[in-house]
Amino acid sequence: MSLETPLHKVQGMGSSHSGVSHFWRQRVTAAALIPLSIWFGVSVLGLIGAHEAATLAFLSQPLNAILMAFFVVILLFHMALGLQVVIDDYVHSNGQKLVLMLLMRGFSIAVGATAMFALLRIAGPL
Amino acid sequence: MADTPHPAPRARPLSPHMTIYRWPVTMATSIVHRATGLALSAGTILLCWWLIAIASGPEAFNEFTNVAATPLGEVILFGFVWSLAYHLLNGVRHLAWDLGYGFAVSTANLTGVVVIVGSIALAIGAFALAYAGHGGYYQ
Repeated sequence: MSLETPLHKVQGMGSSHSGVSHFWRQRVTAAALIPLSIWFGVSVLGLIGAHEAATLAFLSQPLNAILMAFFVVILLFHMALGLQVVIDDYVHSNGQKLVLMLLMRGFSIAVGATAMFALLRIAGPL
Repeated sequence: MADTPHPAPRARPLSPHMTIYRWPVTMATSIVHRATGLALSAGTILLCWWLIAIASGPEAFNEFTNVAATPLGEVILFGFVWSLAYHLLNGVRHLAWDLGYGFAVSTANLTGVVVIVGSIALAIGAFALAYAGHGGYYQ
């Protein structure tokens, strides 16, 4: 016999109150990062020893700028999901957990915003 | 019952703990996946610095490449490259598990060794290509 109320059961959110959304987001971002990481690795190797002008020219090509934006944003999203699990695993006080989670999310957004600003400046007439 | 004679105490099994048990491959690959994830999280700052440097002109860019070319800079870059290679390969292993493949102990051990050896080979390979002058094809 289940002690779940019919409403709780039909919502399907479980004790986490968020269902399987975290699991799915982590897997989907991971899958997206497979081709993006390979592109990033090949690109960085191709830019070894390049001067500023050549690197700028490479990243200001629309396709490269868009791929780099995708790579950074999905990477940071995947990072935030992973770091959330680490915090959940090792931090047991709700207060500390809340503070760390806010700092972690703030860090992710700050790195993302900075990277996007840099990319816009590289790719566009800013 | 204090006067009941006790048999000689037998060595009892100890509770599983990292410092007591030999590390199986699967345990090592699991904890290294988390460690490389944390290292890559810190590495996003370097990625951000690189992009900012490119956007800020030759002076800032040269400052970045000068720091990257120091021995410490190269060690950190190698750690970053290996962490990315490891997390990528082991991530594919995790996705295969999520799809229900590779759970047999012998398979999980084998893929674990493949991930460890493969990630080291990829990182050394990338640095070897760079040192041998085969990088920089986008200049």
